[in-house]
Amino acid sequence: MSVASLKVNGRVHNLDVDPKCPLLYVLRDNLELTNPRFGCGVGQCGACTVLVDNRAVRSCQLTVANAAGREIVTLEGLETNGKPHPVQAAFIAEQTFQCGYCLNGWVLTAKALLDKNPHPTDAEMRRSFESLVCRCGSHVGIFAAIRRASESAKRSA
Amino acid sequence: MPPKLEISRREFVKDAGGLLIGFSLADSGIVPRVLAAAPAETITAPSPSRLDSWLHIDKEGLVHVFTGKAEIGMGVSTAYAQIVAEELDVPLNRVVMVMGDTSVTTNQGGVGGSTSIMLGAKPLRNASANARYMLMQMASQRLGVPADQLEVKDGVVRVKGDASKSVAYAELASAGDLNDTLKVSGDGFALNVQGPGKPKDPSEYSIVGKPVPREDLPPKILGRYKYVTDVRVPGMLHGRVIRPSGVGATFVNVDETAAKAVPGFVKTVVKENFVGVVAENEWAAIQAAKALRVTWTEPKQAFPEQQDLYAHMRSVPVKASRETLKRGDVDVALASAAKKVEASYEFPFQSHATMGPGCAVADVRPGGITTVWSGGQKPHELQKGYAQLLRVPVDTVRVVWVEDAGSYGRPGFEDTGADAVLLSAATGKPVRVQWMREDMTAWGTKGPAVICDLAAALDAQGEATAVRFTSRAFSGGETHFRPGDAGNYLGAQLTGIPNTSGVDEFAQWGAESAPYAFQNIHAMAHVVPAFYDSASPLRTTHLRDPEGPATSFATESFMDEIAAATGADPVEFRFKHLDDARAKAVLTAATQKAGWDTRPSPKKAATESDIAKGRGIGLSTRNGTYVGTVAEVEVNRKTGAVRVTRFVCAHDCGLIINPEALRTTIEANLIQSISRSLKEEVTFNRSNVTSVDWVTYPVARASDVPDRVDVILINHPELPSTGAGEPSSRAVAAAIANAVFDATGARVRQAPLTPARVKAALDALRSA
Repeated sequence: MSVASLKVNGRVHNLDVDPKCPLLYVLRDNLELTNPRFGCGVGQCGACTVLVDNRAVRSCQLTVANAAGREIVTLEGLETNGKPHPVQAAFIAEQTFQCGYCLNGWVLTAKALLDKNPHPTDAEMRRSFESLVCRCGSHVGIFAAIRRASESAKRSA
Repeated sequence: MPPKLEISRREFVKDAGGLLIGFSLADSGIVPRVLAAAPAETITAPSPSRLDSWLHIDKEGLVHVFTGKAEIGMGVSTAYAQIVAEELDVPLNRVVMVMGDTSVTTNQGGVGGSTSIMLGAKPLRNASANARYMLMQMASQRLGVPADQLEVKDGVVRVKGDASKSVAYAELASAGDLNDTLKVSGDGFALNVQGPGKPKDPSEYSIVGKPVPREDLPPKILGRYKYVTDVRVPGMLHGRVIRPSGVGATFVNVDETAAKAVPGFVKTVVKENFVGVVAENEWAAIQAAKALRVTWTEPKQAFPEQQDLYAHMRSVPVKASRETLKRGDVDVALASAAKKVEASYEFPFQSHATMGPGCAVADVRPGGITTVWSGGQKPHELQKGYAQLLRVPVDTVRVVWVEDAGSYGRPGFEDTGADAVLLSAATGKPVRVQWMREDMTAWGTKGPAVICDLAAALDAQGEATAVRFTSRAFSGGETHFRPGDAGNYLGAQLTGIPNTSGVDEFAQWGAESAPYAFQNIHAMAHVVPAFYDSASPLRTTHLRDPEGPATSFATESFMDEIAAATGADPVEFRFKHLDDARAKAVLTAATQKAGWDTRPSPKKAATESDIAKGRGIGLSTRNGTYVGTVAEVEVNRKTGAVRVTRFVCAHDCGLIINPEALRTTIEANLIQSISRSLKEEVTFNRSNVTSVDWVTYPVARASDVPDRVDVILINHPELPSTGAGEPSSRAVAAAIANAVFDATGARVRQAPLTPARVKAALDALRSA
């Protein structure tokens, strides 16, 4: 055990945890941030996605040691002043997802993609999301939500 | 209802000290409503004959609705709220749904068979109508005006034409309880209640039928939703299970040395062949499970080699048989046929492979109340089963349904709950268990492999006069079919409890799934025996639309094969053999929207390019729901890769409660069905399932999603609602296979339509 300093959703936490422990379990069990979810534990599905320095990262594959000192944002930290992030608002407007267990991956990957590339083509979108699983098959709504978020960024630009 | 329980129910909805299990639109749809889950002194399921077992109006006018059903992500909780709000004339945001807690909800058979709206909504609608009736009687007394001169708006009863005279439901309900007695009929899915209050005529609806946003989505997307994975109980430990090295392997011994060195390790639990480990936190449990050195005996070679699966199914003596259709004399027609068409179709084992592996929390309290939090779709069955596993009375066990990671039948969440019960009982502490990915994909329950043989007789004029259907399949329910039987559960079977929970469920083409009016028709279904009767990773039970996609892949592909043999357009051929107006209507709607090009298949391509395009049709009927699906595909002739570029799906399930939730449910079902049609096949060797993760059990990804999906909803307010969760998965595989045939002339009769299979069919065509 050793003390790791993790900055999550703007707050710094000093934690006495196994530095080899994947970030996922520390977020869920030590910090009670339960939105990153265990899907496969081997980086194949994206259910555990968090933003690390605004890149979508699988928290089951990132050790606490490697997460220390970086800017970590979970789904919980996406709202500002109680206002949903535009990407979240777009997903709500499109009534996307069935069970929703996978959605940390889609919402946070979409956020990271649109920050970098506000108006992705259909092919760029598919490429960015190819590594994510949605077992319920809500992809049609997911794509519609991302297009909507992209459009709303266009309007407000 | 006994006063004690009434108090506990009141406390239940008031107390904010426990766990979330319900949601309220009262909180702007944003904040999950927190409901107490603290164990009561006694656990007695409410009697369905009591009106207040179904709903309760509190002094703020919130309507708390209690149902034994669960929300599995298709919007049933929102649809129920619409139905209750409609009958009571209260705003939708005044309705709070409480679902699937065995201590406060009646046993409605849980979720299954796409019956939540078709059957499960009936008692809620009737109870609400009776609550309204009763409230009107009370208001009539209070206001001194006959009930027929009263009207209700937004939960306030007013005298017609005199707005000054009014009384709110909240005021009436707090003065006297809604404790009327209702007449009960049926049980399980069919449980219903009736009283003097009559539901509204659909022509009066103002909330039912509206595309109301789903109440569970904002909390999910904003990160405020709690799944069963997020349940936390004071003093809770974390468990993991270690499965045998293969089917039939038995426990020899365990070396705990390395596991004990893991900080936070608590205990290894061994009960016959059930092995688990418990630790103080989740990471410790995962590490300890990996570190445990378990020695097993050699597994049995209970399975054939994978490539011999269908040959095995054909050669093994059948276990049970059922004739499901007989009209005319198929044998005579086939014997005298001018031409015969024959084909066989094969559909593999498929895995639930839910997004997250199953999770459950159990707090076993010997001599007290045991509570299990589970995402299993049938909480009242689990209550009985877990009670038997613990050898305690049923009324000392409370199962609280909390949503898990997607549910398409009986995915094994039920088994995870049993694992949690076993580990909690062994440690004397509440234990949370989540399976690892391989526990879910390899050891979770499976949908059965199915073979269908079809034959048709054509007369001298080329008319189809007879069709014969014969299936050979593993039972759709080798386990999980005896409510209350501990032998349902994998963990229990590993402890030595025999699996007596199976039934013979047939892959059948029955009257309701075969709408075609052939002069002679005969359908037989045979069940082949399970490979291994206990704790098998290839044990079968319900996976979304059990056997439907497999039998429909066969029958709807075969309809196209007959059409092709007679030189007919596949849609026109179906029309010729259909009497049912609703079946015809979905075909018409789908093909019109798709711009169906009427001609026989395959398409005559002028030049043979690398990418071949085609269109296919699939028609399905399921318990009164009709679906017509057009698939448009691109087939890469070089690689055999199939991509669905467009779906058009026309869907008729009678009266629609919420068109938006229905549309998104169908859209998602179509994509999941692309996955099952093109990708999903459980792989195995002689002793183990070798599909263990998302690489070895691939599912649809972003690149597989069609460019366009059109869903056409046909509403029939004059007809009762039928199911919608499953029917649109039924004919997708056939629609795709028919489109591949249309594009290339190659007929693929084995699912999934992987590039290798399609390539083989294309090669065979060329060399023919």
